[in-house]
Amino acid sequence: MERPRAVRARRITKCFGEVVALDEIDLDVAPGQIHGLVGPNGAGKTTLLGLLLGLAVADSGQLEILGTPIRRALDAPDGVAGFVDGPGLYPSLTARQNLAALARLRGLDPRGAGLDEALDQVGLTDVADDRTGGFSLGMRQRLGLAAALLTRPRLLILDEPSNGLDPVGARHVHRVLTGLAADGAAIVLSSHRMDDVEALCSEVTIVATGRVVFSGPLSKLAAENRELDYRLRTSDPARARALAAESPGITVVEDEVVRGLVPAMDELVARLVRENIALRELSPVVSPLEAAFLNLTEEK
Amino acid sequence: MTAATLARPTPLSRGLRFELVKLVSQWRIRLVVLACWVAPGLFVAAVSQQSTLPVDTLFGRWMHATGWAGPLVLLGFAGTWALPLLTSLVAGDVFAAEDRLGTWRHLLVAVRSPRRIFVAKSLGALSVLVLMVAGLVFSSSLGGVLAVGDRPLVGLDGHQLSAGEAAARVLLAWACVLAPTLALAAIGLLGSVLLGKSPMGLLLPAVVALALQLAQMLPIPVPVRLALPGYAFISWNGLFTSPAQWGPLLIGIAVSLLWAIVATALAYVLFLRRDFTSLATDGTGRRALFLGVLPLVVLLVLSVVVIRTATGVSGSGIGQEKVQRSVATAFAHLYRLQTGQLNRPDVTEAQLATTADCNKGGGRRDPEGAGNDWRCVVTWHLPGTTATGQAIYQLDLTPDGRFMADGDGPKEVNGYFLVHTPTGDAPNPLWQFDGTVDLLSTTPKG
Repeated sequence: MERPRAVRARRITKCFGEVVALDEIDLDVAPGQIHGLVGPNGAGKTTLLGLLLGLAVADSGQLEILGTPIRRALDAPDGVAGFVDGPGLYPSLTARQNLAALARLRGLDPRGAGLDEALDQVGLTDVADDRTGGFSLGMRQRLGLAAALLTRPRLLILDEPSNGLDPVGARHVHRVLTGLAADGAAIVLSSHRMDDVEALCSEVTIVATGRVVFSGPLSKLAAENRELDYRLRTSDPARARALAAESPGITVVEDEVVRGLVPAMDELVARLVRENIALRELSPVVSPLEAAFLNLTEEK
Repeated sequence: MTAATLARPTPLSRGLRFELVKLVSQWRIRLVVLACWVAPGLFVAAVSQQSTLPVDTLFGRWMHATGWAGPLVLLGFAGTWALPLLTSLVAGDVFAAEDRLGTWRHLLVAVRSPRRIFVAKSLGALSVLVLMVAGLVFSSSLGGVLAVGDRPLVGLDGHQLSAGEAAARVLLAWACVLAPTLALAAIGLLGSVLLGKSPMGLLLPAVVALALQLAQMLPIPVPVRLALPGYAFISWNGLFTSPAQWGPLLIGIAVSLLWAIVATALAYVLFLRRDFTSLATDGTGRRALFLGVLPLVVLLVLSVVVIRTATGVSGSGIGQEKVQRSVATAFAHLYRLQTGQLNRPDVTEAQLATTADCNKGGGRRDPEGAGNDWRCVVTWHLPGTTATGQAIYQLDLTPDGRFMADGDGPKEVNGYFLVHTPTGDAPNPLWQFDGTVDLLSTTPKG
């Protein structure tokens, strides 16, 4: 028997007046998967995340969350948590009071709801008793994540969780998200930071003007993509450049930048090795995801 | 992964607690609640010790005589300023705050029921308002009683209310103004829903209250006056006459409660219609504004028609006969009080058989309606003789029926002199006194 998916969306359409925000979107997210949702501003990401959170219902199409069909707004099942448009925090309350109030609202006893653990996980223990009115955007994002953790989510929806995070904060968030996924929770996050998506997500959906332009593993995205620019650093740059220029499917763009598809790059590496040229770096100038994002969204 | 169960909406009690936590966590709310429980007592106690009393405010002239005058002075002030501002602060911001903070979606996901959010927010705002009003009553009463004492109060027709009776009437008067306070709070809720992030939502109850006060100062017909939701801020005065003027009071309360219900229902409907998924809108718009305001205009018109039909009263409600009756009654009661204070033999109002002959503008104007050109000649039978006494009063009569009578001789009767009272020397009670005309009562024939 097939395991129910955390999210199963088929031909989801959502309009606001005459504006089509989502146009026959399909989405599948498996338990334990961190799924990235990327797209330019106004692509429909937040609307889609809102549907997954249960804030609204699609005008047409089918949506199942944690195996439960969603037919009405605010009908999402237990186990769904997260935020869109930033975490909802009250500036007159401290971080701990915000979590405690939310825990009580959800019927949890704040003493046993794991407030301290949640604050520790997102690295906010030191400021637990500070009013959130003075928090930076990154701290607010982390507290929003802590609030979601209280409910022990099976599906976590996060809208731009990396906004405003410093490297330490980002590390906390990454650790929490990978831990949750390892425990079987599905996570859907939107981000404009491709490095975050690449670091965290096993699958990605690219949305442009309300339509899915790509959905699948990151590796598939790279394979499907057009030629990429790679930074090539070797022990003998002049010979390496000459070899690259002779290699089929490779174009030398600059001194240390070559362009080509992945198979052509594989062949170039083999030739460099055969010529006893040490390879010190071969990396995409622009990440495959970012390149794909730009290509696919610009095509739209 | 097994199919999950559908989450149920959060129980109302939890939502209410959440709203109260948010409200009470705001320093401005805490400060105002504290002020409501402390400042009135200090104000009443301090003013009661002053040699000059706020005689322009109803019951202000009696603040040396009894501790129960203080909460009524405060009630007059509260109806004009404090209660509208308190409702603005609490109810006017209760929905708009979520727009400002961008927390609507978070709240909806957590509670899962816009209906329960609305009810919890409304009850939360109401609870804090009631707490504030309770503070005003308790603090001002305590300050008055501790500073001056639990003593009888002179009513607006000059009759004396025992201390216990005064206490009960003071509490009842404050309870009555809860109705217009609720109406303003409901208008605040409506404004908060209608106007979203706009600061006008916060100011709406205060602006409406100011407009209602201005309207009450105008010479508008009685049915319109009574159909305005702020009239109960004035009509509690009728509790301090004998018999009490229940008609205007009950109509004022009923109208206020109707406004509270209709405005709350409108806010509820508009709130449920709002689309929280669209980032571009905070629920405001000309259509929403129209839907929010039009039913209240209809309610006002219907109220005027119903009151006009049911009472049969039109015009200002202030006629010569009513003024004469009110002045004569107050004079008789206060004459008896003065007699006691001057250690003269007691007389009864029946023995005095007081009458008043009032005209307006020296008899050149129609004796009808408000104005400061009313003049009354009061006549009474001197006890133990067949002779009659006469005294003259100048009246300043406002359109809401309240008047201040100023003695114009003879000075032995209604001039300024001090009399001995249990609380010390006080001005002659017949020198200047406040009274009220029942706008709804009909003039007896014959």
